[in-house]
Order: sequence, then structure tokens, then C-alpha cells
Amino acid sequence: MSKVDLNKETGPREVFCGLTSIVWLHRRMPDAFFLVVGSRTCAHLIQSAAGVMIFAEPRFGTAILEEKDLAGLADAHEELDRVVNDLISRRPEIKTLFLVGSCPSEVIKLDLATVAEKLNSRFSGQVRFVNYSGSGIETTFTQGEDGALKALVPLMESTDDEKLLLVGTLANNVEDRFKKIFNNIGITNVESFPPRQSTKLPKIGKNTKVLLAQPYLSDTVRDLKHRGCEIIQAPFPLGVEGSTKWVLAAAAAFKINELKVHEVIAPLANRARQAIEKHKEILRGKKLFLLPESQLEISLARFLHNECEMELIEVGTPYLNRDLMEEELNLLPDDTKIVEGQHVEKQLDRVRASNPDLVVCGMGLANPLEAEGISTKWSIEMVFSPIHGIDQAADLAGLFSRPLTRNQILNSKSLATH
Amino acid sequence: MELTLWTYEGPPHVGAMRIASSMKDIHYVLHAPQGDTYADLLFTMIERRGKRPPVTYTTFQARDLGGDTAELVKRNITEAVERFKPKTLLVGESCTAELIQDQPGALAKGMGFDIPIVDLELPAYSKKENWGASETFYQIIRTLLKDKVNEIEKINPKRWMSLGRRPKVNILGPTLLGFRCRDDVIEIQRILSEQGIDTNVVAPLGSSPDDIARLTDADINICLYHEIAETSCEWLKRNCGMEYTTTIPIGIRNTINFINEVHEKLDLPLTNQEELEHKSKLPWYSKSVDSNYLTGKRVFIFGDGTHAIAAAKIAKDELGFEVVGLGTYSREMARQVRAAAKDLNIEALITNSYLDVEDAMKKASPELVLGTQMERHSAKRLGIPCAVISTPMHVQDVPARYSPQMGWEGANVIFDDWVHPLMMGLEEHLIDMFKHDFEFVDGHQSHLGHTATKGPENKEDEHSRSNNGIQKKVTVIWTDSGRAELTKVPFFVRGKVKSNTEKYALSKGLPEISDETLYDAKAYFG
Repeated sequence: MSKVDLNKETGPREVFCGLTSIVWLHRRMPDAFFLVVGSRTCAHLIQSAAGVMIFAEPRFGTAILEEKDLAGLADAHEELDRVVNDLISRRPEIKTLFLVGSCPSEVIKLDLATVAEKLNSRFSGQVRFVNYSGSGIETTFTQGEDGALKALVPLMESTDDEKLLLVGTLANNVEDRFKKIFNNIGITNVESFPPRQSTKLPKIGKNTKVLLAQPYLSDTVRDLKHRGCEIIQAPFPLGVEGSTKWVLAAAAAFKINELKVHEVIAPLANRARQAIEKHKEILRGKKLFLLPESQLEISLARFLHNECEMELIEVGTPYLNRDLMEEELNLLPDDTKIVEGQHVEKQLDRVRASNPDLVVCGMGLANPLEAEGISTKWSIEMVFSPIHGIDQAADLAGLFSRPLTRNQILNSKSLATH
Repeated sequence: MELTLWTYEGPPHVGAMRIASSMKDIHYVLHAPQGDTYADLLFTMIERRGKRPPVTYTTFQARDLGGDTAELVKRNITEAVERFKPKTLLVGESCTAELIQDQPGALAKGMGFDIPIVDLELPAYSKKENWGASETFYQIIRTLLKDKVNEIEKINPKRWMSLGRRPKVNILGPTLLGFRCRDDVIEIQRILSEQGIDTNVVAPLGSSPDDIARLTDADINICLYHEIAETSCEWLKRNCGMEYTTTIPIGIRNTINFINEVHEKLDLPLTNQEELEHKSKLPWYSKSVDSNYLTGKRVFIFGDGTHAIAAAKIAKDELGFEVVGLGTYSREMARQVRAAAKDLNIEALITNSYLDVEDAMKKASPELVLGTQMERHSAKRLGIPCAVISTPMHVQDVPARYSPQMGWEGANVIFDDWVHPLMMGLEEHLIDMFKHDFEFVDGHQSHLGHTATKGPENKEDEHSRSNNGIQKKVTVIWTDSGRAELTKVPFFVRGKVKSNTEKYALSKGLPEISDETLYDAKAYFG
């Protein structure tokens, strides 16, 4: 077992809240609508994180609380009823409506569960209502997906069929590749959660073996366990190493011979290692500092160190679930400094003092660090790009080598004379 | 509760951030949960700032709510003051903190700092971004000047004469995330200095609390953006007698009016009135024969109050367009926009819903849209050329080149920005005209994407679909003779002739359009 150096920090944070995950969840399930019950800040946050402009009528929106809603709660319930009615008559194709709690709705204790229950009986057979909280007082960024998936677990029917359930949003093409690989090693009943259609939820039960595709799903995992699912312990499918061990762990759970897996994976792994090579040339020996945001940081650090030979200065994570991350922590070099939580000012002091070659950070910090001469990579790109699996490993490495390459091009030709 | 899919303005504390980030030596402690830091990216990504906004977020969590969030506020204030050493501290709360009522401003004032503290109360559930910016700017000015205004005499705008110096003005209102503010300030300062007028302070953009403290050294204030600076200018007028200008110098006429207003207020003789007509290329470009085709172009305008009103005036008086729609999302300026619309015999659209704007746009069937980035998207969907004239900001609205909206150069920029999309529109017709020639290479990429080359018939379809899905199919049939005659009509009016003829046929109850019907319609519409 690796002896990583675990630290905790509190203070002002520079991270997104759980509402941000709506940006990829609504794309994964095009028949669902996400209605945030919150403030103008919530609406502004999602549209800003989603790329500032939208090109079509979006499948997410905000019921903005106004002064009169804050005066009395009964009133707020009626108002929400009215907004939902408007929305459903406007978008009759919606099959699932997520009522998403926010900081203000949590603070005024707006009971969205009761609202959802009432709406479910009224719209029975037409639209399904579920609720969860994406509030910043409870969730960070990717934890919003954890909340949304957890809310769907009670709706999943039971089955005793043996199956592999991949849990966590994946890009569609990545999901297809994984299914093909699992089929090739002999696991044929493979399903994904969340599904591509919100109404086609997989059935689960005591013969369901859950393989996590994303590391930020603590609450969902707990509820799946309660439903009898077996959780397969594995690192996460980032890079060749992580993806291989991930597939091997699934194979072991299905009692499939390891040799069979290697037979399928080896050519893919060789191809991927070759493709990583040119990025490794650039990344080797470079110092990396990861600021907390997506909870993918530990897996990324493992990939960038083990497969791209980067040096790890500090690995920040907003939240650390030691059980889920155990396999990952074991793969990290000894004494890797992990910091859970954040004091953004103190952390930036450490960034400057450690003179990193690359910093992984949020969009609010990237340009200011670039202006100080520090190369950066936006962490939000990791949740929008297909980065999972062996076939994507080189692309993942490319996300980190590109800023360094660019830096080299611009500096060697020195456009500015000052 | 208001269902919002997209919003033109952020919450009021983002307005406060715009003021804080525009200034130097100032820091803003914002009592807010995690997630509210998203607002930083508006400055670092959209405005491409190489500096973080000077904001400390207290980042309270659910587990703090049972305990002492006030203590958390104090700790953050202490750390922020020690680390950033601001000359003035702003303290406020975002929407969620407003509900837990810690009163961070009052807490800060009780902590014994020897710097001015501005306690910002920005009601998040009733106000929006521009209001928050205006209120913050006003509260800063009030805090830093309230003692001083009691001591000084009322400011006479003509005092520069007896003081034996050139007249001096303040330029108030430009901020980060304001439309082309950076360049407007340069242009206005250039114009003023040509007239022998000095700039005392530009604020908030680039100013420090020290600069705010010497606002009263100027003879008058220039209110450059009503949305941001009017409240402050009013306060300075009431308390120090400082006069301020109300003309927004966008467009040739209003730039001249503005220069006149400044001279009148200062009692400074204007000696180069005639010269002013020739400072910009817009009047001549607009007069040149090439611009004849601009006459009566139907234009739909939507934006913030300041830019929408200015655009309507330029469109009508300086470019000879017909304004067929005018609206704003700035409720604070609804009265002025309604008045401007009334002058144009149209009804103003005051809304925060981009879908309402898109519907109004469809109904007005304009040939050019002047709007925000959202209207650019709507116009693109409808295949209508568009130029962007107003916030909310997009990274494209912060161009690398000098690109003001105000003054002489602003008028040049406006001519190019508004007319080029129309010329592109003309190009579409040319593509349409030449596409039957054998030399024409198929697959020419239209700048409007695939929506453009579908021709007027398609717009008609979208039109009929728009009315709540009720199919309003045009039932008139074009006979061969009618169709043949239509192809002989010059391409640049063909679309209009087609729709007018159909309108005529429908109104007369004619089932078919022949060549004769076409000429009947032509005579009818004149």
C-alpha cells in the first residue's frame, strides 16, 4: 500500500457547485429536463459554465425565486406548480423532469421531495419527477451527478439477472467502445447508468456487478449497495494502466480468465502506448500541480505520473472518499501530496512557490496564472471531452501536452519584444 | 417564480464585481457559498483579464449554517484585508447569504479597520446586474465623499475661468464587461482634449479610491452610461452641485449634441462646429450612392437601454433605415425606450425573455437585426443578417483592435459593423442569381450556414410555423407566367415583390398569381 501524504484544508474555495453537472447530464439524457429551483445566480452560473450562449432552446432552466416566493412557503409550492405546468405544455416531449435544489431553496427549506411526489401523481404516466440537490452548500461540481443518479436509483426495477453495470456518465462513443471490449472478453450483458434515455433505466439486483466509470459517485454507490449490487473495486478507466486494471477487475468479478482479457486488451494497449509516446516526450519530468475541482484529479495524477512521467507537486481534490479511491491511491508514488478541500489563496501561494510547468485549474484561475507565466489546463475540459478508456489515453495525454507545446512555440519565436 | 431559460443580466452582486474589478486598490468580501466563484470566469475568460477579480468568497457550507457563519465572515474579512491591503473594502452578500442575514457589512464595520468600508445591500431577489453595478458605484462614491461634500462649496461649472485653468471633467460609467467601454473612454477623452477640455478622473474603470476622493476637482461630470452612472451623477449634483451631461455620444448627431452640451454646461465657446461634421466618415459613406440600397431597410433593435436608443436614432436619421422593432431588457430604462419607440410609431418591447424577443423579431420580418449575442443566434436561425450592439458580453465583444461605439471613430465602426452584414446579405442574392450559371461552383459556403440559400420560400415556412404550430400555409399558386415574370424582377427586390404580390393576392381572394397579378400588385403597393 502506497503511503500518500494526505492533508486537509479549509477556506475560500474556487470551484463550481453541483448545478454545473447539468451541463453534461442534459446532453446524456435528451428526454430529460433539469429545472433548477433557485436564484438568478443559479441561472447565470449554468449559462456561463455551459459556454455563455445557447444555440437552441435548452433542456435546462431555472425557476427563479422572487421576493414574494420567500415570504411564504405555501405560495412557493403553488408557484412551482405553475412553472412546471408552463414548462410541460411548452415541452411535451419531456419524459423526466429533475427538480434541482439550490443554495437558496435549501436554505429556505423548500421541500422539493413533496413537490415531486404531488406532481408525480398528477402527471402519472406522462412525466416522471425526481428531485435532488445541486446546491453549493452541499455539493461540488461533479457531485451534482452523484445527486441526480442517486435520485434515480429508487426508480430502477429489480432483477436477478447477472449483468455488468457501468455507472457514471460516459461519452456515447466511449460507452460503445467499452461495451465492445466487454463483449470480446465474454461479458455480454452490459448496461450503463445513466442511460441514454431517462425512461430506460437498467434493472438492478443482487447479481448486478457495478463498475464505476467516474470517481465522484459516493452516494449513488451506497444506494446501489443497499439494493444488493456488488461494487467492483478498481481504479478508474483513465489511461492504459487504469483502463486495463478496470477491465481486469470486471473480468475477475465475472470469473473470466485473465489471459483472455490480455489477449483482447494487449493490441489496444500497445497501440495506445505508442500514441502516448510523443506526448510523453513533452510531459516527461515536467512538474504538475492539480487544483481541486472534478474529483478526477487523483486518477489524472496517477496517469500523468505513471504513464507520462510527470512529477507531482500537489494533487488537490474537493473531496476524498478513501474507500472508492483506495485502488487509485495504491498506484500513486509514495509521499504524493494530496490536499482535500481548499484555501485558494494559500494554495496559489504554493503554486507560485513550487514553480510548476503545468497547473490544472478552473476557468476563473487559468488566465491569471497564464499572465504570471504559468501554463494551465482547464479542469472543466476533463468532464466535457471523451477521455475514458484505452483508446482515448493518447488524447488525454494530449490535453496536457498541448499547453506546453504552445508555450514552446510562442516563446521560441518571441512575438512580443518587451 | 419566473421560469428562465437564459438571462440577459446576472444577479446584482455580479454588478458589484464589475465595479470592484474595474477599480484598483479595492477588495470585495462576498458572503457566498461555493459555486458563486463562477463569476470570476466572466472576467478572466470573456474579458480575457490576466488578473483575478479582487473578490474573496466566504464559501460557507451547509454544515456551517448551524454554527457561527458570522465568525466565518469575520475570518475572511481579516484575511482579505491582511493579504490584499485594500484602500477601501466592499462587503456584501450573494442571494443565499441574504437569506441567512449575517449582515456582513455591519460586522466588518465593527472590526476596527482604519479603511473605509462600503456595506453593500443588493437585493438579489428583486434586482439585477446593472442595478447592482450602479448601486455599488454610488455607494463607493457616497462613502468616500460624504464628509467632504459638507465642507466644500457647490461646484460652479464655470469656475475653471476664474481658476485660470482649462476646464476639467469626470467621465463616469465605463466598467469591465460593459460594451466597448475600454475604447469609448479613449475616444471621448480624445474628443474632449481636442476641444481643450481635460479629464480629471475616469471611473470606475481604472480608478482607485484616491481618484474617487478627488472627483470634486472636476467642473462637471460626463454620464457615459446611464445604467451605471446616473445615480452617482444625480448624487453628486444634489450634494456638490456638479452638473452632468445626459447626451450619449453614439452616432454623429449625438456626438455633436454631446459636444454642444459639454460646452454649454462649461460656458465654453464652441469654435469648430462646422469641422465636427467631417470628423467621421459615416455621413459621407451614408450619403455616397453605394449606400442608396440601405434606404428603408427594415431593422429590428434590442439591447440595453443606452445602446438600443442610440441605435434607433442612428438607424433612422443617419443611415436611412426603417426601425421596425425596438426593445430592451433594462427595466430601469423602460421609460426612455418607450419614449424612443413612440417617436418611431412603434411599440417598445420590454422583456427579459429571449424567446419573446425572437418572436417579436419574426413578426417584424426585419432585414437587419441589431441586438445582443443572443439576438445574433436568433437571427442566424431565421437567416437574417445581424450586428451586435450591446451586452451581455461574449468573448467576441472584446476585440483586439480599437473598436469604440462612441464618438467619431465609434460612428465609423458602427457603419462598418452594421452595413457589412447587409452586404453579405446582398452577396446571398448574388449567389442566388448566379447559381444557375454554368460557371457557378456548387457547394459555395454561405456565411449564414445552410439556412441562407434556401431562399425566401423557406422563411415563409418558418413564419407560418411560428404561430403556435398553426399551419398558416400560403394557398396562392404561382402560374407559369407569374413565375416567369418574377424571375425577371431584379434579384435584390425579388423577395419583397414575391411576398407583396402574395399578400395582395390573398387580400383580393385570388387563387392564382399570373404575370398580370404581379403588375396589379406592383401598382397597388406603389
